[in-house]
Amino acid sequence: MTFPLFAEVFLKGILTGLVYGLMALGLSVIFGVVRVVNFAHGEFAVLAMYAAFVLFGLYKVDPIIASVPVAFAFFLIGYGLQRTIVQPFVTRPQHEQFILLVGLALVLVNAMLMVFGPESRQVDLPYSLDTWMIGPLMIDKVRVYGALAALVVTAALFAFFRFTLTGTAIRAAADNLVGAAVVGLDVKKLYALSFGVGLACVGAAGSIMTALTDMTPMLAPSYTLLAFTIVIVGGLGSMAGALGGGLLIGAAEAVASAAISPSMKSMVSFGLLVIVLALRPQGLFGKAES
Amino acid sequence: MLAIEEMDVFYGDAQALSSVSLEADAGEIVAIVGANGAGKTSLIRAIAGMLKPARGRIAFKGAEIGGLDSFRVCNLGVGQVAEGRQVFPSLSVHENLLTGGMLPRARARRAQNLERMVALFPRLGERMSQAAGTLSGGEQQMLAIARCLMGEPELVMFDEPSLGLSPALAQSVLETIGELNKQGLTCLLVEQNVAASLELAGRAYVLENGAITLTGSGASLLADDRVRQAYLGM
Repeated sequence: MTFPLFAEVFLKGILTGLVYGLMALGLSVIFGVVRVVNFAHGEFAVLAMYAAFVLFGLYKVDPIIASVPVAFAFFLIGYGLQRTIVQPFVTRPQHEQFILLVGLALVLVNAMLMVFGPESRQVDLPYSLDTWMIGPLMIDKVRVYGALAALVVTAALFAFFRFTLTGTAIRAAADNLVGAAVVGLDVKKLYALSFGVGLACVGAAGSIMTALTDMTPMLAPSYTLLAFTIVIVGGLGSMAGALGGGLLIGAAEAVASAAISPSMKSMVSFGLLVIVLALRPQGLFGKAES
Repeated sequence: MLAIEEMDVFYGDAQALSSVSLEADAGEIVAIVGANGAGKTSLIRAIAGMLKPARGRIAFKGAEIGGLDSFRVCNLGVGQVAEGRQVFPSLSVHENLLTGGMLPRARARRAQNLERMVALFPRLGERMSQAAGTLSGGEQQMLAIARCLMGEPELVMFDEPSLGLSPALAQSVLETIGELNKQGLTCLLVEQNVAASLELAGRAYVLENGAITLTGSGASLLADDRVRQAYLGM
């Protein structure tokens, strides 16, 4: 592979990786605060893709713009889910939480199969084939727009956690749950907000991905696995880790599929997962459990 | 201000408290004395709403609070400085204080309360942007007290505030509690340093195996042979 081609593929992977990172960030936020693993994460990603697909079909809303209303709707869905079915499972054993969320995942996939069918769908954006030439490098415009949108949402999320009182309270609850009860924080509400924020991330990411790739309900489990791989490589519960993991996995998959073969990309990301688990089980950006 | 009547509390099948009755009037320091495992922390957590009593009543300023969620109890003015300090280690000192000031009852006066805490604990003022986990034990205890006061409590329950501190620091924490009490704060004090807490307290209760076995003024319990033998080693 020539250097310009490598650079082009690498850049493409980084841009996609930012969107992956945003999706994985949602998983990380939910786990970091509520301590429940969202096994339906990829299903929500694909649901967001179909939401953007429908918005495009009905109102010609650009999927990248649609990430805003879809994220908002997913926030409400997440808030409601936590308040109703997830909250009673928070203090129950992990295998029961697993069954709840895998069950939810199955319901979502099959509902999408019923409504949209198994065939692959896509949106035809007027600029989907436009490119920029930067020196010898050819860059897809749509990928740049998608990455920028993911970056804006991620930055907004960091600002929310860093600079708002509610964000500070959520970090406090993630940091020390007993402490949160002691100072009188409404932990159940913070959990619901966190699940909402987590689903808003995956809603925005799924919506943006609609502009980049085809969708079918059967893709959902592979997105769940992708999000898991990213947060484990980056460090579970670490926001920077989700983003860094997204970039790494995005770039590695793009390079592997161009350099070897497209079917090799999963092998490369799972290979990275195994290496990280063996050498640094807390993830690249994670703190070791004390 | 606080009145508990015949309260039972269970941890799973194990009974932590049986038929505990206790009162604290406005402006008092009431000490709870007892060995490890006697149920002192269970008592505080039950009042705070972190454990649900199986039986009995807990009234705060005349209103029943037994079984309310902890954030509702806090918002009525029942603060807690928990055992082990329970600060948020990865949050800054400033952010820790903010979390204490988020109670609806105190939210509007957050800025003034923050200034008040810096005046009360200048050491915290110097370390506002430092992560709470990097503070010394004494500083963390100051932070836990200041964080609680940010919520403008009327009653504060102190659970082992001098645990793990040097004798000098322990003394200064107890002096701080005495000072806050003089300013009108009602205090419930659970303290392993029995002699010091009985000296500070107007009244005290002795808790043994989850039940109140003795009660009286701090001075009378200090003079009581049973207390002297069991807790003061005399």
